[in-house]
Amino acid sequence: MQEKPKSLFDKVWDAHEVGKLSDGRSQLFIGTHLIHEVTSPQAFGMLRDLNLPVRYPKRTFATVDHIVPTDETHEPYSDSLADAMIKELRKNCLDNDITFFDVHSGMQGIVHIIGPEQGITQPGMTIACGDSHTSTHGAFGAIAFGIGTSQVRDVLASQTLAMSRLKVRRINVDGELSPGVYAKDVILHIIRTLGVNGGIGYAYEYGGELFDNFTLEERMTVCNMSIEGGARCGYVNPDETTYEYLKGRNYAPKDWDRAVEMWSSLRSDPDCEYDDVVNIRAEDILPTVTWGITPGQAIFIDQDIPFPADLPEKDRATAEEALEHMSLTSGTPIAGTRIDVAFLGSCTNGRLSDLQEAARYLKGRKVAKGVKAIVVPGSQVVAKIAEQQGLDKIFREAGFEWRGAGCSMCLAMNPDKLIGNQLCASSSNRNFKGRQGSPTGRTVLMSPLMVIAAAVTGVISDAREVFEIGRTAA
Amino acid sequence: MALEIITEVKGTGVPVMGDDIDTDRIIPARFMKCVTFDGLAEYAFFDVRFNEDGSEKTHILNDKRFSEASILISGANFGCGSSREHAPQSLYRYGFRGILAESFAEIFFGNSITLGMPCMTLSRENLNEIAATVKTDPETAIVLDIENRKVIVGDKTYAAEITDSAHEGLTEGRWDPIAELIDNGDAVDKVAEGLSYV
Repeated sequence: MQEKPKSLFDKVWDAHEVGKLSDGRSQLFIGTHLIHEVTSPQAFGMLRDLNLPVRYPKRTFATVDHIVPTDETHEPYSDSLADAMIKELRKNCLDNDITFFDVHSGMQGIVHIIGPEQGITQPGMTIACGDSHTSTHGAFGAIAFGIGTSQVRDVLASQTLAMSRLKVRRINVDGELSPGVYAKDVILHIIRTLGVNGGIGYAYEYGGELFDNFTLEERMTVCNMSIEGGARCGYVNPDETTYEYLKGRNYAPKDWDRAVEMWSSLRSDPDCEYDDVVNIRAEDILPTVTWGITPGQAIFIDQDIPFPADLPEKDRATAEEALEHMSLTSGTPIAGTRIDVAFLGSCTNGRLSDLQEAARYLKGRKVAKGVKAIVVPGSQVVAKIAEQQGLDKIFREAGFEWRGAGCSMCLAMNPDKLIGNQLCASSSNRNFKGRQGSPTGRTVLMSPLMVIAAAVTGVISDAREVFEIGRTAA
Repeated sequence: MALEIITEVKGTGVPVMGDDIDTDRIIPARFMKCVTFDGLAEYAFFDVRFNEDGSEKTHILNDKRFSEASILISGANFGCGSSREHAPQSLYRYGFRGILAESFAEIFFGNSITLGMPCMTLSRENLNEIAATVKTDPETAIVLDIENRKVIVGDKTYAAEITDSAHEGLTEGRWDPIAELIDNGDAVDKVAEGLSYV
């Protein structure tokens, strides 16, 4: 008898399920646990209160990213609260024998960038972290999701979580993207299509021709924002691209051939049944920007800002609220809207390929007068390679500030913040009210190249026009 | 570790209506610079309640008639966004003991149940009706009957949902799973042994 065909999600889940708990949930073994300074100190405090040790210290890895300043390198940092949180994590790691990629390790950075970069993130793992963008690691064929602090405690104390199995929605994107369209546009388009809560209860399996041809960094950008569509995890089946990326990295398996064989066996079986299937054509996707206060409130760059009355009834109230917050007018183009700040970075788009693509078009141009532009590499490794390639010079000469690694203005827990109602062209993942540090601040999400286009023109622009991309074939 | 059995939550309500109320709205990131959750009560919905100069905004959460409310009423996809447990922790410490909404973001939902703060879902129509009732009479008694999956508002009863595992956990006093997770240590080690990467 042949076994029933299974998705990667179910194969990985089954291999990590310890058993059923009395409330009906599964007890799931978490193979890799990532922690950072903001959501872990309380968990260590709870462990101390319960007098519990860390059960598998070698399976937890730590770094600082959320509040670490990107413009000062010497401790104590000027923000004493931030300084205390970083020291607390350092102590917790030392006391519990946890690997810590500290600020002077040369390997510090955004937790979702350094996991893959170090080869810690691998296919077939279960990965948890007290951060919702943990879905990023699914790009390697891992089942990875964000957890709360009490769950960080659970993983530290037991290396397991109480979880309910998710349904799986397969999202096929076939065809090719047209020039000037990026992975960021793909995920913004998916969220816009399926809704910000369309993924509740699901894991998203991304596949099809487009994902087969995507690099690992492009896959990470898409998986990263799964949570913005309500899906707690998103993944791509592992393939040669995945293995090629991992080979030779610090934490890559020693018995390489055996690992590749095992990873390949985890791919979703061709005839497995999904709980839902969605098909999208890559050619239908154009450069996409948000106009509102949720990542689903997005339009193509050549479209007008919608009238709430034209939207489904359930979306109208939020649309009204969004237009008021954003000070945008229905029926007018989003292109041409003045920006105050350009932010390139974050776990969505702070990787080397993002910086390379941006620098390629930025070279020889200048940031528009009155625009504050900052680029924040996702990790110290990204920064170092970028500097070796001279990208920092290109950014600096254009008028960008070149910063140290961290989350920075994506969530504005460090000094990088919007002021007043400034409008930011941002390569990050959330445009919630107040997200970038000012309660009245405004965020427009877009791809790195669109951020560069906005930075040099001073207004939200179609990067394809600014940089004359793909115009010859027309 | 015996936990309280939570079969029902009684109190009065306050409607903070709207869809997609995210965790940055519930607690802005700048208030997460702390190593314990102790002081978070005052930051719940901070930017919704206060102007940048610290003065109070005109908002239902600043309306004295609702100051004793312990049940929050909202719309779809409540608690979307970040995994920060600071969000339900701040609501709990502010005084909320239950939340009614059309749907909840998953991480927020799980975080809330682990604190023993039930989150129940109702139809949009019923939520709007409940919000209207509560606005008219803030003293209206509300009962979250978790055991029987219903919500009683004044003299009206509404059907409400909660996941089976949350229902089981709350009504059996096992809403925080830590004890059970630790008890199964041997089985955990056995699974770990079967994983080549651990």
